[in-house]
Amino acid sequence: MSKLNSAAELKKFRQDILSGRDPDKPCVTVCLGTGCLACGGEKVYQAFVAEIRKQGLEAKVDIRRTGCHGFCERGPLVVIFPREICYLKVTPADVPELVARTLVENKIVDRLLYTGEDGKKIAHEGDIPFYKHQSRIILGTNRLVDPTRIEDYIALGGYSALAKSLFVMTPVEVLDEVKKSGLRGRGGAGFPTGTKWETTRNAPGEPKYVIVNADEGDPGAYMNRSVLEGNPHSVLEGLIIGAYAIGAHQGFIYVRQEYPLAVANLTVALEQARELGLLGDHILGSEFSFEVAIHRGAGAFVSGESSALMTAIEGRVGEPRLKYIRTAVSGLWEKPTNLNNVETWANVPAIINKGAAWFNGIGTKGSKGTKIFSLVGKVKNTGLVEVPMGMTLKQVIFDIGGGITGDKKFKAVQTGGPSGGCIPAEYLDLPVDFEELDKAGSMMGSGGMIVMDEDTCMVDTARYFVKFLSEESCGKCVPCREGLKQMLLLLENICAGRGREGDIELLEELGEVMTEASLCALGTTAANPLLSTIKYFRNEYEAHIREKRCPAGVCKDLIHYYIAPDKCQACLLCAKSCPTGAISGDKGLVHVIDQAKCTKCGACFEVCPSRFGAVTRISGRPVPAPVAAGTKVQGRK
Amino acid sequence: METIKLEIDGKQVETAKGTTILDAARKAGIDIPTLCHDDRLAPCGACRLCMVEIARNGRKRLVASCAYLAEEGLVVRTETEKITKIRRMILELLLPVASTGPLETMAKRYGLEESRFEGRDEPACLLCGLCVRYCAEVKKKNVTCFIGRGIDREVVFLSDLSHTECPLCRECLPLCPSGTLYSLYLKGFSGGPEAGSNKGA
Repeated sequence: MSKLNSAAELKKFRQDILSGRDPDKPCVTVCLGTGCLACGGEKVYQAFVAEIRKQGLEAKVDIRRTGCHGFCERGPLVVIFPREICYLKVTPADVPELVARTLVENKIVDRLLYTGEDGKKIAHEGDIPFYKHQSRIILGTNRLVDPTRIEDYIALGGYSALAKSLFVMTPVEVLDEVKKSGLRGRGGAGFPTGTKWETTRNAPGEPKYVIVNADEGDPGAYMNRSVLEGNPHSVLEGLIIGAYAIGAHQGFIYVRQEYPLAVANLTVALEQARELGLLGDHILGSEFSFEVAIHRGAGAFVSGESSALMTAIEGRVGEPRLKYIRTAVSGLWEKPTNLNNVETWANVPAIINKGAAWFNGIGTKGSKGTKIFSLVGKVKNTGLVEVPMGMTLKQVIFDIGGGITGDKKFKAVQTGGPSGGCIPAEYLDLPVDFEELDKAGSMMGSGGMIVMDEDTCMVDTARYFVKFLSEESCGKCVPCREGLKQMLLLLENICAGRGREGDIELLEELGEVMTEASLCALGTTAANPLLSTIKYFRNEYEAHIREKRCPAGVCKDLIHYYIAPDKCQACLLCAKSCPTGAISGDKGLVHVIDQAKCTKCGACFEVCPSRFGAVTRISGRPVPAPVAAGTKVQGRK
Repeated sequence: METIKLEIDGKQVETAKGTTILDAARKAGIDIPTLCHDDRLAPCGACRLCMVEIARNGRKRLVASCAYLAEEGLVVRTETEKITKIRRMILELLLPVASTGPLETMAKRYGLEESRFEGRDEPACLLCGLCVRYCAEVKKKNVTCFIGRGIDREVVFLSDLSHTECPLCRECLPLCPSGTLYSLYLKGFSGGPEAGSNKGA
């Protein structure tokens, strides 16, 4: 590939790519995002390559490796273009049939399609409820590009926003367009992106830097990873446009070491962009030059905090620093530095191409555009979803997510990652945007959405997140470090039945001080999981403390398993499943759990047939005395 | 030298531009408590005891006075109900770690007899970082450092450096507010690279 020296050359390059492509030619796209890779996507891809070769179809069929499509629950995913037939949970054994039926005969293989609520099969990807209710401005391109082929991105119009910026717009016009669009930071705080750019642009000091924050570390969150893995050029193009608007000539992409595929695909993307003259000296023959380096994070959650991240790039321990002078003014090496999240940058090319007014038309009054969420937990359709700001939680969890696994009752949804909060069922109609989530005591965060069902203990949930944060806090300031330490201790005590009257009030007081006095955003938000669960589920805390009862039956120290003698059918299932041999009993004899040996793993509870319902979980009241050894069962069912 | 005027606890204070609120207040005879602050070291903002309320254009905000630079016309309050609440809570968090020296004095000032949190009997490192920053910023030796993060953070003496540098210096030892540094130093001196660890002390 030779360097492109003007917007016209880029345009011609694109036309050449398109003229070599037949839009009606079948193309098999195999999702090879990390989720699908983990469930065997690579083998499916290889099986397609082999089968297509075996059938001699190489010239008639294209095959494309792509990043994450989003419907991770049903992976490995295969979409066959041009009809966009979506096959779910495809195995290598299915491939010969798919090639013979769909590629050769142009027929659909029903058994691998999505089955709707009404039992009807859905072939077209966009008709599947999971996708139908989404607006995939960013994620939608993942299935159309091979992330290691810049031609695929350019074929879709990639880098045309960069050309438009460089040759049609001044840096200030680019900046104004982003300001007018209302784009706000997708990393969590929701700061207006254009204003941030402007601050760095106007700050005294050279050089200026731009940074992509790809240190995504929230448990259960993988939005940024999927964008970087699936379409790294969209982020890179946004970054170059931002650098042009701000007047920066050096950029950094701070990506976690734990994201090897993202690092690999980014590295390839940078090389290809350089080869084509889209990165480096005199981009597209213009006066603008810009370089990017990848900085790999060493696995500290707190390094996602902007000042800690910059300290880490400088080669020091990633700890937040005092930010009374903003990093936009004094950041990396004390120079003006603009940092945005992966998803923020990825929005920029579309805003430049389609205009601020278009972007402004999506979303709510204060929150424009779409937001990607990783919808995980006790929800049927686990995956990545991208929806317009303002969609209600109910629509996201039930219409897109398909509702709760096992049709259990919805209890809460945790948004905003470990520093977010748990939102209860009363708020299911809450429109999801920056303001509304804040008001509910949670936050947008980077877009984690963990769904919890009725079997979730909210005290235990708070304990989990506080433990995570106590390990991931940098430990520098007292309220965060010592506060989390004591908060964890109190929560562990409550979960273990050692909670005392007054603990809830002490926790609330502590949480408020942490929120007000901590040094960085990790500390000032660290109490959110605790405070939001106390706010909405105070009765659960009280049950743990006063009655030593865990209402959800989760906290092991507060539960016992017991076999009701009048219901036991002596089927031996529970006794066989017990890993510690705590259950005694024989054919015809009532089974008894030896409480001293029981580790409360719940295996007996799981296997006891529901028509018997003999094994019960007891919490908050004493276990009845065991029946005498050799007691016979009372009548078979 | 450019000077600026601000109001601290109702007092009109004039100070050189570039002075922190903490310094300006102390020069005016207003005592703001601190633990991790030392005039010879760069502000670190770790203990959060020096938080004060500032008001500008009617907007109130809490800031660490050790790091926030005085501004023209700023109205500062160093003791409000909220600030007292924060300081008492921070002291309650620190007392279970060590209740010695400055901690004892501050606890008295804020009327705290005991903390509601659990702790251990022997005083331990408060992680104020005075020793670490003094060694790095004043002595430029970096013999003491932090290892671990979150609740596992601790101060260690790097034993190889400690052997060559510490016997002639030991200037950090009197800085320690918990009085535990000497034992960390001895452990670092006698053991492996991380032997100064506070764990299980």
